[in-house]
Amino acid sequence: MDRDVAQALLRTMWRIRLFEERVGQLKRNLQVHGLIHLSIGGEGVAAAVCGQLRDDDAVYSGHRAHGHAIAKGAPMTAVMAELMGRESGICHGLGGSMHLVDTEHGFMGATGVVGGNLPLALGTALTQRLKGTGQVTVVFFGDGAVQAGYFSESINLAALWELPVVFVCENNGMAEFTSREEHSTIDRVSDVVAPYGFERTTVNGSDVPAVYDTFEQFLAKARAGKGPYLLECVTYRRRGHYEGDPEKYRDPAAEREWAERDPLARMTERAVEEDWIEGGAAEMIARETREEIEEAVRFARDSPFPDPDIAPTLVYAK
Amino acid sequence: MAREIPYIAAVQEAIRVEMERDPTVVFYGQDVAPSDEDPLVQAFGRERVRVSPISETAEIGMAVGLALAGYRPVVELLMAEFMLVAMNQVVNEAPRLRYMSGGQVKVPAVFKAGYGFTAGWAGQHTGSIYGMFMGFPGLKIALPATPADAKGLMATAIRDDNPVCYLINYLMVLEPGDVPEGEYVVPFGEAAIRREGGDVTIVATGWTVGRALAAAETLARDGIQAEVIDPRTLNPLDTATILSSVAKTGRLVIADQGTRHGGASAVIAAEVAEHGFGSLKAPIAQVTALDVTVPYSEPMEAYVLPNEEKIALSVRQVLGEAPVAA
Repeated sequence: MDRDVAQALLRTMWRIRLFEERVGQLKRNLQVHGLIHLSIGGEGVAAAVCGQLRDDDAVYSGHRAHGHAIAKGAPMTAVMAELMGRESGICHGLGGSMHLVDTEHGFMGATGVVGGNLPLALGTALTQRLKGTGQVTVVFFGDGAVQAGYFSESINLAALWELPVVFVCENNGMAEFTSREEHSTIDRVSDVVAPYGFERTTVNGSDVPAVYDTFEQFLAKARAGKGPYLLECVTYRRRGHYEGDPEKYRDPAAEREWAERDPLARMTERAVEEDWIEGGAAEMIARETREEIEEAVRFARDSPFPDPDIAPTLVYAK
Repeated sequence: MAREIPYIAAVQEAIRVEMERDPTVVFYGQDVAPSDEDPLVQAFGRERVRVSPISETAEIGMAVGLALAGYRPVVELLMAEFMLVAMNQVVNEAPRLRYMSGGQVKVPAVFKAGYGFTAGWAGQHTGSIYGMFMGFPGLKIALPATPADAKGLMATAIRDDNPVCYLINYLMVLEPGDVPEGEYVVPFGEAAIRREGGDVTIVATGWTVGRALAAAETLARDGIQAEVIDPRTLNPLDTATILSSVAKTGRLVIADQGTRHGGASAVIAAEVAEHGFGSLKAPIAQVTALDVTVPYSEPMEAYVLPNEEKIALSVRQVLGEAPVAA
C-alpha cells in the first residue's frame, strides 16, 4: 500500500473514532439531542471505501451514518453542529444524526428506515449509467437490512439493469438488539446474493488493506460501467445499537475478541510494520485529530439554533 | 390548436412531449412497454423507457434516487393502492428528503397511478386513497378531471421540482375532450371554475366533477344556479378560489369519490369552516363515498359511491328545500 494512502486511511479512521467518542460523551452530557448511533469498530470500512471515491460519486448510508459522511468529506464542524441541532449544521439542524446529507461531497444521504437507502442508490446509479461519465454509487447497509424486502428487490433490479452500484454490507452480526442467527438461516450476505451471478466477496472488515484492495477492484469495474458488486465486510459494533442502549445482549468473550481485532489498532500496527508511517506518527495524527474535533465542538457550541421561521420555508422546492 | 382525444391519450401525449423537451425525463414501470413497437420505446429507446419488475419499493425508491441525482422520473404504478406497498418511499422519503437535508436536495419525481376504478375491481384496486397523501407536507397531488387537464397537469408534474402523486381516474380514461397540441401546462394550485352560479358552491374532485356538473344542470331546471369548482390539485389546494365562491353563495357542498374521515373532503370542509364561517348560511354538506371498503357487487358498489342524485339532494338540503335525514 502506498504510504500516502495508508496515512490518509489512518487519519480518516482516527477522525471517525474520536468524533464518535466525543459525540457519545456529548450525548451523555445532554448536549447532543436525539437518537444517536455510533460506528466505533467500523471505521476501517468507511475509510477504505469512501477514501477511493470522488466528490461526484454518490454514497448512501443508513442510521449509523456519521463515519460514512466524514469519510466522504463532510466537514466535522458542520456534522457536529448538525448533531447539536444548530443553524450551521450541515442540514441546518433539520435532519440530525440519521439524515445527514452533504451534496457538495456526494454524500447523497442517510435514511433512518433500515434498508430504505438501497433503492435510492439504484436510482442514482441509473443516472450514472445513462450519463456514462464513469461515476459510481456506493450504498452502505448492515446485515439487518438484508432481511428487508428492499434488499431483495434492489439486488434483483441492480443485477437486471446492470447498474454501476457497489453494495457495501457491514455485517456486524447484530440487527439492532439481536444476533444474525435470530434473523436468518444464512450466515454470509454474499451467499444470499449468489444466484444473481454478479461478483461478490466477503472480507474481514478489520483488515483495512484487504477492504481497500477488494473495493478498489470493484470500483475500477464499476467505473467502466459494469455492475453491480457486493462487498461484505465482517465487522463488529463496539457500541450499543444506540447511545443509552443497556446492551443486555453483549457477550463479554466476543467483546474481548473484537477488542483485539480493532481495525484502528490493527491498521496502526500494520502501518508501523510495513513502514507506512514513522514511529510516533499515529500519536501525532490522534493529537491533531483531537484538536480538530474540539474545534468542531466549539464551532457547534458557538453557533445559534436555527431561526424557527425557516421551518416552513424548506418544505417545497420553488 | 386543440383537437379531441381521450383522457388517457392526453396523459401519454404529455409524457412524450416532456421526454422530447427534456432528456433527463425517464419513464418506467410494470408493463409500460411490452413490445419494441411501443411508441415511447420507438421514440426514446429502452434506456429511458423501462419495464420494471413487480417491485414497488425499489421502483419508487429508485425514482427518488434518480431525482436526487437531477433526473425527472415518471413511475407508472398502475393502481394507486400499489403505492401503499411502498409507503416509506412515497411519504417518508420523497417528500421529506429536501426538508431534512436543509434544502440541499430536490426530488422531482412523478408517481403516476390510477384510482377509483369502481368497475368490479373490488376492495383492493378501486380506492380513491389520495386523501391520506394530503397529510404529508412536501408531496403534491394532482387529480385531473378533463383530458386537457390530464395533459397539462402531467406536464407540470414532470417540470415541478417536488414529488407529485399524479392520479388518473380509471373510469374516465376513454372520455374524449379538447386537448391543446404541443407543449401545454396547467399550473398547480389554481382551481378551475367549471360552471358559474350564485346559489351554492359545489367543490368536486376528479371523477365527481362530471357528476357535479350533471347535478348542476338538473338543479338549473328548477332555478338553482350552482357554481362548480374543480381544485385540480389537492396539494397545493386553492382555498382562495373556494372561499371566494362560498363568500358569494353562502353554501357549500363537497363531492369526492374518496371516503370521508380523514379524507380530501374533510380537509376542504375544515378550511372553509375555519376561514369562511362568516359566509356560511347553512352547514357544509359532504357527498363522499361511504366509509367502507368498496364492495364487489355492482349495485352495492353504486350504493356506496357519490353520484349525481346524491349531490343534487345535498344541494337542495343546504338550500333548505329538502329535509335532512337525522
